[in-house]
Amino acid sequence: MATPLRLAALLLVLVAAFASAARADLVVSRADRKVDLTSHIVRVLTSLKVENAGSEPVSKVLLAFPNIQAKNLAAIRAFGTEGKVKGLSSVLPIEVVEPSGVPPELTFFSASLHKPLQKGKILHLDVLTVFTHFLQPFPEEITQADSQLVVFQDSSHYLSPYPVKVQTLSIRLPGGRVESYTKYGNTKLVDSELKYGPYEDVPPFSYNPIIVHFENNNPFAVAKELIREIEISHWGNVQITEHYNIVHGGARLKGEFSRLDYQSRPYARGVSSFRHLIARLPARAHSIYYRDEIGNISTSHLWSDSKKTQLEIEPRFPLFGGWQTTFTIGYGLPLQDFVFSADGKRFLNITFGSPMEEILIEKLIVKVVLPEGSKDIDVSAPFPTNQWQEVKYSHLDIAGRPVLVLEKPDVIPEHNLHFQVYYKFNNISLLIEPMMLITGFFLLFVACIAYMHTDMSISKNSPSYLAKLQWDEVQATVQQIQGIFHQCLAVHDKLETSLHDLSRTGDAKSCKAARKAADAQFKELAKELKPLLLSVQSSPQSYQIWPKLDDLVAKERELQDKLMARHATVVDSVEKKQRGQDIENRISSQQQKIAALRQEVESLLEYLSEI
Amino acid sequence: MISTMQVVLGTLLAALVPVVGFNAVLTSEHFASFLVFIILHVVALVYYIKGLLTPRLFKVAMTFVLTVGLALCLAVVAILAALVASSPTKGWSGRSLSLLDPTYASKYIPIIASVSEHQPPTWPSYFMAINVLAFLVPAGIISCFLPLSDASSFLVLYLVTSVYFSGVMVRLMLVLAPAVCILSGIALSEAFNVLTRSMKFQRPISDDTLPTAGDSTPGSSSTATITTSTKNANIKKEKMGTISKERSSKKSRKETELVGSSPVRPEKEEKLCVLPSEASAMGILFLIMLCGLYVIHCVWAAAEAYSAPSIVLTSRSHDGLHVYDDFRESYAWLRHNTEVDDKVASWWDYGYQTTAMANRTVIVDNNTWNNTHIATVGTAMSSPEKGAWEIFNSLDVKYVLVVFGGLIGYPSDDINKFLWMVRIGGGEFPHIKEQDYLRDGNYRVDAQGTPTMLNCLMYKLCYYRFAETDGKGFDRARRYEIGRKHFKLTHFEEVFTTQHWMVRIYKLKPQKNRVRGKLKLKLKSSSKTSLMRKGAGKKNPWQ
Repeated sequence: MATPLRLAALLLVLVAAFASAARADLVVSRADRKVDLTSHIVRVLTSLKVENAGSEPVSKVLLAFPNIQAKNLAAIRAFGTEGKVKGLSSVLPIEVVEPSGVPPELTFFSASLHKPLQKGKILHLDVLTVFTHFLQPFPEEITQADSQLVVFQDSSHYLSPYPVKVQTLSIRLPGGRVESYTKYGNTKLVDSELKYGPYEDVPPFSYNPIIVHFENNNPFAVAKELIREIEISHWGNVQITEHYNIVHGGARLKGEFSRLDYQSRPYARGVSSFRHLIARLPARAHSIYYRDEIGNISTSHLWSDSKKTQLEIEPRFPLFGGWQTTFTIGYGLPLQDFVFSADGKRFLNITFGSPMEEILIEKLIVKVVLPEGSKDIDVSAPFPTNQWQEVKYSHLDIAGRPVLVLEKPDVIPEHNLHFQVYYKFNNISLLIEPMMLITGFFLLFVACIAYMHTDMSISKNSPSYLAKLQWDEVQATVQQIQGIFHQCLAVHDKLETSLHDLSRTGDAKSCKAARKAADAQFKELAKELKPLLLSVQSSPQSYQIWPKLDDLVAKERELQDKLMARHATVVDSVEKKQRGQDIENRISSQQQKIAALRQEVESLLEYLSEI
Repeated sequence: MISTMQVVLGTLLAALVPVVGFNAVLTSEHFASFLVFIILHVVALVYYIKGLLTPRLFKVAMTFVLTVGLALCLAVVAILAALVASSPTKGWSGRSLSLLDPTYASKYIPIIASVSEHQPPTWPSYFMAINVLAFLVPAGIISCFLPLSDASSFLVLYLVTSVYFSGVMVRLMLVLAPAVCILSGIALSEAFNVLTRSMKFQRPISDDTLPTAGDSTPGSSSTATITTSTKNANIKKEKMGTISKERSSKKSRKETELVGSSPVRPEKEEKLCVLPSEASAMGILFLIMLCGLYVIHCVWAAAEAYSAPSIVLTSRSHDGLHVYDDFRESYAWLRHNTEVDDKVASWWDYGYQTTAMANRTVIVDNNTWNNTHIATVGTAMSSPEKGAWEIFNSLDVKYVLVVFGGLIGYPSDDINKFLWMVRIGGGEFPHIKEQDYLRDGNYRVDAQGTPTMLNCLMYKLCYYRFAETDGKGFDRARRYEIGRKHFKLTHFEEVFTTQHWMVRIYKLKPQKNRVRGKLKLKLKSSSKTSLMRKGAGKKNPWQ
């Protein structure tokens, strides 16, 4: 209350001093201001009709704000049209200026016209200004049952360095209770709209403070900090991860929070709190998640159609004034919708701010993570930001990924404009990581193969090394010997089958032939066996095996003899047409011996193969 | 050698853990294993020395060492016995004592008995945990006995002891698991062995010739007798299998030794336990099906019983899955909306969760080694509001957290755990008496509850303004109306309650109010107060 009054007094003093210094050749013939107080972000749309009453052409229009407003100013934009008819308006560039001889309580912005305003011509100027932290909660602490009251302060007269002929001010309130408002002549409150004016012929720099105290229960969602990480993968995905630290920026809750009251009468008890936030994500967003540091938060809903994806999230608990929470949302976007290429360069074209509705971000950090190997990074943003570069290491990165960081305080939905990041990237770099893996595994296998095939022992003539070599040799020979014995056994089986055939068909001739063939084979095998046995015998490492091997050879020979003998007997008997019973009697003793021998031979072979 | 390293290193590493310390060598539970360890090494040393010395020298050395060693051992044993006898529990910790005497903990150490995993298991929990294996284990025991070797007798002993331990405490089901797995593995392997062997020997019989033709007749007759009882053939098969295995193992041993007394006989014996191929095929199928079902059960148990987080509760109703995420809701609230160094008091069950998820200091947590701390919190919870406030204030507690299941019918809440708080608190602070909280030996919080019960802090914090939800105060977890419905809190204020009222957080009211009241009385006329009043009176300058 005190500040605007003092300011007004100061202004009045200074007006006279400055009036001469100001370019009096511009006159505002009409000024209409519309103030939107429905949310916690204050938007003021000022429509000015500026007339050049002087003789010189004018190329700049000055806009003045008191410092207390200017420090909360988050965005200012001016659109101008020349001429009587409102046609296509163009955006005018705006910069902060400090004209000489102005009071220090004011901040000036100047809108530069595209072409100077000639004498007697009229310019339509629309200025959109957006303020944050402009609505002060009063009282600052409320209980759960109270609704939130806020205070808005401004001037009923348009603060301008130029004389204003006709002006009006209309303030749109969110509805609900209006506690108080400053009353002057021709002040009207209709429904939820407060009107001041029209006022006529107001001198420059007139300031006429007004205060509106009203109820505003819209969510005062303030993100203390938002880190947006945009990671580009040229395999086809743009991954966005947003870390929010949200606080309810309105009047603080004092006293108890009763869930009973909140649940039984949510509109009466807990009207100042909010529990939903709505994020409008781009169309074709996929793999959306919503979590915080202790896990997934299951209270969220998602709707999507071809134009947009709408995500409604609910924090773990309703947020009352001063309460805060943190969470992370993440989603993937198709690469082709956001990354384009032009003139040999690629560029990312994506919105700057948060997808959340009506959220004020006190500090926004946007990190654009480009793929490894990107060069010539360049950014074009529609407003000034702090910029620097970092390096991020992810899986299989060698040089790291270049990260472009943009930082901006006080970001509002109006800042949700597209910005571009230009960079050069070669598609071959995509293959680096898979190739690295392939080479790595290839080298590993090559190393394994090399290890298996090389002799790593240090001294080549130490006794243990020699013994090992000999042992390997013996083992190889023993394996060969085993092979021969298995062949022998196979021949035995053949003899047996020939006997079976004999008992069925009585064809003694073929049986004899089989015996002959077997005999020949036995001889051959014995021939093969001899040098192998000799080599094993000569080796000093064979002292364990040799007795067994020797035994085996003897047994096998005996078995061969017995088999042949039995075979001969059976064939003989069949030729002599003896009865089956007699034959069996004759060979029964042999039969047993053969079976025993065969067992022994097999067990010996098993023993050898176990070595 | 390796096992020696393991024992020594393991003991040293365990001693590095702060809570374990020298307990690994000093408590009585570990004496037996160390004794075995020492005996093994003495025996190994004796064998080593025997190899070094001549027999005569060895005898001399033996007598010398025996006399000296025995004397030393006696001395050590005497010292140990004295040490052990000096401690009241004979050097055994409470948990081990309750293993030896299942009633010990509930008699002397309520904090051990209060833990749910220290309760004896129920039969369904056995079946839930081991399922099919419960039927296979007896078969495994039988097959261990048939050739009772050192290894198989060890297995049987292992099983018997672990069954006993798991019967005392449900958490020792973990000890039972490997023993059960090994034994049922043996049973399965034997069963498969018998069945597949009979399949294998079935085929050659049909086209067998002269020498073996005689043997096939008794074989088939024996199979015929077995087929009469195919239904409960399983165990029989196993028996047969073990018999045949035993014989075959004997056989192979004999053969390797090349004794070879009658090498034809075993084959005959083998033929004896051959089953008809249909029966064995059925048996194999049945066993495979059993194993498959067990795998399905295991996956189900792992997904539903062992992985379901107890922190996020779910219920299925006709309109889908409902999630009760109240615990995390309250922890997130504590994490973001209290000061970093605020201390939270709750029953110890929620200690670790609060530390990890809410990032706040707790008074007691799941590391229950300090009984006094827990007893203090238990006492505070069972005291009336004022006494509790004083205890909490002396502990520098800012918030008190209680878990309440009365609104949605969550049974394991603090009211159901409350009797343990009383018992543990009463164990340290005798003015808390369990009898004061029981009406005729029954624990209840309805109109029959004792005044002490209906006045204690836990009751008040749980049921504060609960009766206003439905007008009657019907507790869904205990299924009756509560005893005291409308009361006010004077020393605590509700700061947060979760969506389903499962967690309620209260803040200790500051002491300042009462002090200022006294000051006001004293300095009624002083200018300071009038100034203060002026300041306070200036309410809304805008009006």
